[in-house]
Amino acid sequence: MDKKVVFEASNLCINAVRDDGSELPIVKEVNFQVREGEVVALIGESGSGKTTIALSALGYCKPGLKISEGSTLLFDQDLSAMNIEELRQIRGEKVAYLAQSAIATFNPALKINEQVTESAVIHGSKTQPEADSFAKGLYGALDLPDPDNIGTRYPHQVSGGQLQRLMAAMALCGEPSLLVLDEPTTALDVTTQIEVLKAFKKVIRERGAAAIYVTHDLAVVAQIADRIVVLYNGDIQEKGSANAVISKPRHPYTRRLMQAVRPLPAAGKKDKENKQPGNVIEINGVSAGYGGDVTSNPKEVILKDINLQLARGEVLGIIGESGSGKSTLARVIAGLLPSFKGDILLDDQKLQPRLEDRPRSELRKIQFVYQMADTAINPKQTIGNILGRPLEFYLNMYGSKRKDRVLELLEMVELPKEFYTRYPHELSGGQKQRINLARALAAEPEVLLCDEVTSALDSIVGANVIELLRGLRKNLGVSFVFISHDLSTVSAFADTIAVMYKGIIAETGTVHQVLSPPSHPYTDLLISSVPELRVGWLEEADRNIQEAKNKLEQGNLT
Amino acid sequence: MSKLKKNEDEHYVAPFSAEVSFDELQDAPPSGKFRLSFTGKIGVVVMVFWMFVALFGQFLAPFEENDLPFPDDYSEFQKPRPGAWLGTDVDDRDILSRVMYGAGRTIGISLAGVIIAYVIGVTLGIGSSIAGTRIDLALTQFFNIMLAIPTIMFGLVVVAALGSSIPVLIITAGTIFSPVVFRLSRALGMDIMVMDFVEAAKVRGEGYRWIIFKEIWPNAAMPLISDFGLRFIYVILFVSSLSFLGLGVQPPMADWGSMVRENLGALQYGESVIPILAPAIAIASLTVGINLIVDDVSAHAGGKLSGRL
Repeated sequence: MDKKVVFEASNLCINAVRDDGSELPIVKEVNFQVREGEVVALIGESGSGKTTIALSALGYCKPGLKISEGSTLLFDQDLSAMNIEELRQIRGEKVAYLAQSAIATFNPALKINEQVTESAVIHGSKTQPEADSFAKGLYGALDLPDPDNIGTRYPHQVSGGQLQRLMAAMALCGEPSLLVLDEPTTALDVTTQIEVLKAFKKVIRERGAAAIYVTHDLAVVAQIADRIVVLYNGDIQEKGSANAVISKPRHPYTRRLMQAVRPLPAAGKKDKENKQPGNVIEINGVSAGYGGDVTSNPKEVILKDINLQLARGEVLGIIGESGSGKSTLARVIAGLLPSFKGDILLDDQKLQPRLEDRPRSELRKIQFVYQMADTAINPKQTIGNILGRPLEFYLNMYGSKRKDRVLELLEMVELPKEFYTRYPHELSGGQKQRINLARALAAEPEVLLCDEVTSALDSIVGANVIELLRGLRKNLGVSFVFISHDLSTVSAFADTIAVMYKGIIAETGTVHQVLSPPSHPYTDLLISSVPELRVGWLEEADRNIQEAKNKLEQGNLT
Repeated sequence: MSKLKKNEDEHYVAPFSAEVSFDELQDAPPSGKFRLSFTGKIGVVVMVFWMFVALFGQFLAPFEENDLPFPDDYSEFQKPRPGAWLGTDVDDRDILSRVMYGAGRTIGISLAGVIIAYVIGVTLGIGSSIAGTRIDLALTQFFNIMLAIPTIMFGLVVVAALGSSIPVLIITAGTIFSPVVFRLSRALGMDIMVMDFVEAAKVRGEGYRWIIFKEIWPNAAMPLISDFGLRFIYVILFVSSLSFLGLGVQPPMADWGSMVRENLGALQYGESVIPILAPAIAIASLTVGINLIVDDVSAHAGGKLSGRL
């Protein structure tokens, strides 16, 4: 019962120091403990202070932040009182950090093994041969293929999911007592996420290490954490065992977080009956690729013979993992990447493959909504100008007419009128995404191409954006091509779904048809990989996932 | 300790009220105001002082640039004394007046030169980043060749061929410094070109003019402005070096670089160091002053840029 306390944050307050010397509290009087062999999840949206708290376990504060009160204790040693030399001794040795992106963490010029064993060897806890054989053991434990030789490869020679696991090996090589994991699976595809989660869980259990797991994804937390700390704006809202928090959330904020996690709709969702006649977009035998002569004979063919229809007023969901070609398809429809074979029809009129050859009236009808609002809207233009430009450009609206319409658009996406004169950096992520959407709507399009529009948003914010899209669709009658890697989001919003796999359409049909068996093995794999919001799901799902994978590997692609 | 432990196993729920809406959290907005540090303020004082001298020096100078303050006294390199507060030079002329006259010439030529470098470099650089591969390749290779030529050598050849006059100096300086500006603006343009908002403008069907002036330029302006200051310094040093070598501003016109050369004899005879030190300090203080300002500007621009890109 009385396990040793590995890490303790007591009355921890962290402030951001502004340029003018004033201080802004980021973390407010946070208390929690991590005990031996225990995984504590810090969960919250961006800005909740979860990463700041996790980093304090390494005795680190981001530039501009400082611990103003309280302490962080690692085995009763106060980290905030240590100098840089003392911290260097414990980092990697007693506490190790796993960042979100393994690709950014590994040095591409060095072999993997060198980087995995480096900290253990530098700290002198292991000699190089000891560290090497220890690392091989870890590779095996993490279910990496060919554990004896994988260390001799360079980072670009392994897959993203494997690299993520190798980063775990890097952190574990010094046999730390505490692991800090910062959103380690967020950037991964669902099917890869499962593998990585499984490996993490196994290794943490086997090695008896304690861990702090930072994430915004409740469903992931349910699989791996023993206890959960829910944070909002630097304050602990709720804290308790994973089971208790997940099954009986008591704080309203925790409940809202849970609601934002969409369960996968069961097959049987009623298909829409009052279909409007005709297709807005028809894609007939389109192939496209990159490199070489894109318009006739590309070096690498990404899309192979795609056939799809988007009925008027409907939502076509396109789902697939990274590399499946789903974003490429959107780019082909938008004309950013010309196809080299096949036709795309818009309102039964053939579209020119190249953007530059399309008349303005056609460009207006298809609008592209980007994933990252941060980069999709120009930081140097006011919201009024961002939304006003398509009005000038497509609809010849100027002066007060233009302004009135911009205000209308702001209202449509549920933003206040005052935003007219603001700049993008004054807005939050969700608000920027709404502007991004409003800009596309300003053109009064027939089709909106939404490329992962909720993927970069926190779960609650993303859920609100989906609600907004639903309303817009009802009121405006716009058709959507909705691209996402998240099956539950797609199936909650779309009428028909196309599952993409390696550049082909693996399966297409209504949501009901796609979700109900028998499905393409890849669809099965996707369906069984969507984490469910309950403890113990990971172990149960494993069998289904393995089955689907075996089928896929047998080349059963009918 | 025991109390804490008990607390830890308990299911803790923070007090809450129905009114709290738990809206989306917003990052603290960046403190967008540009602030000058202490050293930056020194830089501004120094630069404003020299700009003032450059504009009005010739009207305020006690003597004309080639006047002799003491026509009866034939000794050169006279020590400072009332009437000639910095002493006189190799030809008995007042050093203070010549530094004041020279300010306008040195700063004016350099400023005109750096502006030409910028007009050429930024136009072609941003144009190159947006144009197709072929034009980009051709321009890049051309400017790479230009970069390979040592600046002073290039200046020497041009001035030797065309003769030294102020227009030739300005155009030479502009040409020599345009490749660096080209490369910087091309790199900036390339970075911005791949941003989604530029692609969004392309998908909208916008022409090059809109993309260059409304999408790329506002985002490239800040880093370019901070580089402008730095480039200005290099041009001042280049123009002064040419004058020092005797190929820049020609006697009897005063210019800081040529003043150092004319008065080298003062060191030889050990009469006075002021005739050399005065123009040299003028060059040094102006370049250091601009540098201090550039430090602040680029820290500001850099912070913003990295936050955005």
